Amino acid sequence: MKLIFEKGRHGRRGYVQAKSDVPEAKPLDKRYRRHKDPCLAFVSELDVVRHYSELSRLNYSVDTNFYPLGSCTMKYNPKFTERIASLDGFAQVHPLLPQISGGGMLAQGSLEVLYDTEKLLAEITGMSAFTMQPLAGAHGELTGVMLVAAYHKASGSRRKYVIVPDSSHGTNPASAAIAGYDVIVIRTAADGYMDLEEYKRRMDGNVAAVMLTCPDTLGLFNPRIKEIADIAHKAGALMYYDGANLNAMLGKCRPGDIGFDVVHINLHKTFATPHGGGGPGAGPVGVSGKLADFLPIPRVIRRTDGTFALDYHRHKSIGYIAPFYGNFGVVLKAYAYMLLLGREGLIGAAETAVLNANYCLARLKGHYELPYGRTCMHECVFSASRQAKNGVHAIDIAKYLIDRGYHPPTIYFPLIVKEALMIEPTETESKETLDGFLDTMVEIARLAEKDPASVTQAPLHMPVKRLDETKAAREPNLRWQP
Amino acid sequence: MNYIPHTKDDVGKMLETIGVSSIDSLFSDIPQALRPKSFNIPQGRSELEVTERLRRLSLKNAAHLINFVGAGFYDHFIPAAVDAIVNRPEFYTAYTPYQPECSQGWLQAIYEYQTVICELTGLDAANASLYDGGTAIYEAAMMAVRLTKRNKIIMDSGVNLIYRTMLYTYTSNLSVEFVEIPVVHGQSSREELFKHLDDKTAAVILQNPNFFGAVDDYTDIVERVHKHGALAVASVYPVSLGMLRSPGETGFDIAVGEGQSLGIPLSFGGPYLGFMAAKKELVRQMPGRIVGATVDKDGKRGFVLTLQTREQHIRREKATSNICSNEALCALRAAVFVSLLGTEGLKELAQRNFEKAEFAKCELSKIPGVEVKRSSPTFNEFTVLLPGHADEAVYSMIDKGFACGFPLGRFYKGMDRYLLVAVTEKRTREDIRGLVDSLEAVL
Repeated sequence: MKLIFEKGRHGRRGYVQAKSDVPEAKPLDKRYRRHKDPCLAFVSELDVVRHYSELSRLNYSVDTNFYPLGSCTMKYNPKFTERIASLDGFAQVHPLLPQISGGGMLAQGSLEVLYDTEKLLAEITGMSAFTMQPLAGAHGELTGVMLVAAYHKASGSRRKYVIVPDSSHGTNPASAAIAGYDVIVIRTAADGYMDLEEYKRRMDGNVAAVMLTCPDTLGLFNPRIKEIADIAHKAGALMYYDGANLNAMLGKCRPGDIGFDVVHINLHKTFATPHGGGGPGAGPVGVSGKLADFLPIPRVIRRTDGTFALDYHRHKSIGYIAPFYGNFGVVLKAYAYMLLLGREGLIGAAETAVLNANYCLARLKGHYELPYGRTCMHECVFSASRQAKNGVHAIDIAKYLIDRGYHPPTIYFPLIVKEALMIEPTETESKETLDGFLDTMVEIARLAEKDPASVTQAPLHMPVKRLDETKAAREPNLRWQP
Repeated sequence: MNYIPHTKDDVGKMLETIGVSSIDSLFSDIPQALRPKSFNIPQGRSELEVTERLRRLSLKNAAHLINFVGAGFYDHFIPAAVDAIVNRPEFYTAYTPYQPECSQGWLQAIYEYQTVICELTGLDAANASLYDGGTAIYEAAMMAVRLTKRNKIIMDSGVNLIYRTMLYTYTSNLSVEFVEIPVVHGQSSREELFKHLDDKTAAVILQNPNFFGAVDDYTDIVERVHKHGALAVASVYPVSLGMLRSPGETGFDIAVGEGQSLGIPLSFGGPYLGFMAAKKELVRQMPGRIVGATVDKDGKRGFVLTLQTREQHIRREKATSNICSNEALCALRAAVFVSLLGTEGLKELAQRNFEKAEFAKCELSKIPGVEVKRSSPTFNEFTVLLPGHADEAVYSMIDKGFACGFPLGRFYKGMDRYLLVAVTEKRTREDIRGLVDSLEAVL
C-alpha cells in the first residue's frame, strides 16, 4: 500500500484555518525562521480518512479478532469508557488549572476521579496508598524501584542488587538497572517455580528488592510465595509485585496480604483500557504504609470539607516522575470500568479468565508439550518442541494462526520455555470463540505431523508474506525520503 | 454488569472438559491463609448509572474557561477527522505490532509518523514515541551519557521546570552531574554556559521557544558544544516548527519534545506524546520501538519493528531503556493531524498562533501599569509584568471566565508579578479583547 506521502497532489489540503481576525504581524527575523519547509502530505480530508481506514483494516485487534496474546490481557475494551473520556469536562481541562487557582477548585471532578481510583486500587491490591502518575507498566516499575531505593536510602542502608527470576519480563531487569541496581537472576527449578534454594543462597543484606509476577509468567501461582516474601523481609529487602498478571487475582488474593511492599498495575491489562496499538497505558504504583511518604508528588488529598486538593509538601517524596497526574484519560476509563463491574464483576472476571485458560490447557495438553503441567491461572504456556522436531516452530504456528484469522499467542516468552506458546484467552471470550481457536491449534498439531510445509509457508492470505527482518535491521530504512 | 459471555451450561461443559467440579477448585494453589483479608468494592452499576455519575463529575471541572494557559501544554483545535480515525477499533484495540503480517496498518502508520517527526525536526531518524516531553528529555540525556561516556549535563533553565524536576528524580541514584544555566532577559546566558562547557560534558539541553516563550537562535551554542565533543539536545514545541528554525538546521544532534499540540487533547495532563529524533549515527542508542521498512518473501514492501537488540525484551538489564509500551495512539493522532494540515497548513497554523500572540502583546501593553516583556522575540507565548501579584490577578480573572495565564511565581522565586500568557489559533480577537478589558478591570 502507498504511503500517505506518495498519495495526493501538490496544493491539496485536508484542513484550512479560519481567516485571520487580527492584524498582520511583523515577521520574526530570518535567523529564527526555518529555511527549509517540512515535506509533508498533500492530501484532502477524504484522502486522509481513506488512507487510515485502509491501514486500519490491515490490523488484527480485539474488536475484530480473537487475541490470546499471553501476558498482555487483551480483554474486551468497553465502549462506554471511551465516550466518558471524551467528555469536554474531562478532555478539555488544562493540567495546570488546579495549580493556578490555589487549591484545585477548578478541577474537582478530575481530582475526585484520581482520589477514588486510588482508593479502589488500594482495596483491590491490599496496599496503603497509590500514585496514578506512572504512564505505563514499565514506567511503574521504574517508579517502584525508585521508591525502593528511596526507602533504603532513608534508612541508611546501601544495597546494590535487585533479584529477578529468569522467567521475568525483560522490563523488570531493565527497570532495576536503569534505577541504578545490579541484577541477580534466579533460575527456575524443575517444578516451574523460582529455585528456592538458590534464592536463599543469594539473599542477603545487599539485596534491595525482589521483583516477581504472581501468578508468574508460566501462569502458575507459587504456593510458597509467602515464604519467599518472608525470606526477603528477614534480610531487610522489599518485595516488588509486577501486576502484569493481576487479572487472575481479583478478589482471590491480594499482593498486600502476601507481604508485597510495592505493586504496579497495568490498567491497560486488568482494567480493560485499550492497548492503543502500543500505548497509552497506565502503570499506577501502590505501596505499603512504610513507603507511602516516598510516593511522587503531587498527592491528591481530600480536605475535611470534602473537597479535593493537590499536596506538594512531602519532603520525603522522590519528586516528579510525570509532568502531572499520570495518564488521566486512561485512569478515568479504568475507574469507569471498576464502577461498572463492582465487587462481583471483578471477582467474576478473575474466575472466568482462569476458567478459560484452564479450558485451553485441558483441550491442548494432548497435542502440545506442557512443560509445567498443572492447573494454571489466567494463562497457560505450551511448548511447540514436539512440532519443532518436524520443522514446525512456534513462529510457524503463529503465522498459520494469522492466516486463519487469529492473533497468535505470545511466542518465545517466557525465555525459560523452548518454543514457548503463551496463551491468555481472558474472560470476555465465549466458549465458541475458544473452541474455534483450539480446533485450529489441534489442526496445526496434526498438520505438523502430516504436512509440515503447509504450516511453514504461512501466512499466504495476508497483505504481506513473511518479512525480511534481518534486512530491516542491517539496512535500516526508518523513514520515507522525499 | 460485566462482559462475560458464558451461560451456566457453557461453564458446566468447560469444567467437565477440565475435569474439575467447580471454578473454586481452579484456585486451590492459593493457600487459604492468603485469601483476601477484605475486598470492599462497591456493587456494580449499569452503564447508564456510571455514565451519568461521571458526566456529573465532569461538570465540576472548569473546562469552560477561555484559556490563555500554556506553559508547555497548549489548547489547539483538533479537526474531527483525527478523532474519527483514532476511534477506529482496528487501531485502538490492537496491541504493539509484534506480528507484522497482521499489523501492517499500525506499522505503516508509525513509519509515516517517524517520517513526520524527522521532517518537522530536520533530523534523520525518529522512534515510535516516548511517554511525554519530560521522559523524552531524560532519555535523550541518558543517550548522551552512553554515547560520550561522560556524565555531566548542562541544562538551560529555560527548559520547562517540570521537566528539569523530572530529570532530577530519574537520575537521583545515578552518577550524573547537572549544571543549570540561568536565563538572563529571557534568553540562555552564553557567558555562563560557555564557562561550564568542557570536555567532561555529555550534553547541553536547550528549549526553543524556552519556558518564558522566548525564541532563540542557538547556532553559536551548538557549535561550541560540538567542539567539546558533547551532544546538543533541543526540546521543541512541534507547532512552532511550522515557522521556527528546525533543530536539524541549527545543528542539534537530538530533538525531543511534547507532541500534545499535534491533535492530542489536554485531558488533565495525559495521555500525551513524547517524541524523539536524532542524527542517524545515533540511532542504535535510541530508546523505544522503531519501525523500519523491508520486503517480504516476494519482494513486496512491508514494515517491521526493527533494531530490537537495543530493547529490554532482548537485552534485559543491558537495554538502552526499560520502555516497552509507549504512546502509539497519540503518535497516530499526531501523524493524522499533520497529514490533514500538510506543509502549508502547518505553516498557516504557526503563523496564526504567532500573529494572535503578537496582537495580544500589543493590546495587553496598552493597559496602564502592565508591561509586556520584549527583550526576546516570541512565538505564541510571552511574559507580562503586572503591577501586583499575578496569582491574585489570575484568581480574579476566573470569575470573569478566563484562565488568563500561568503565574510564574509558582515556579520561580521573585517572579510573583509575572504572568505567562499563551495565545493559540483558537483564541479569537474577541477573546483577546475580552482578556484585556477584564484584566484592566481587575487590576
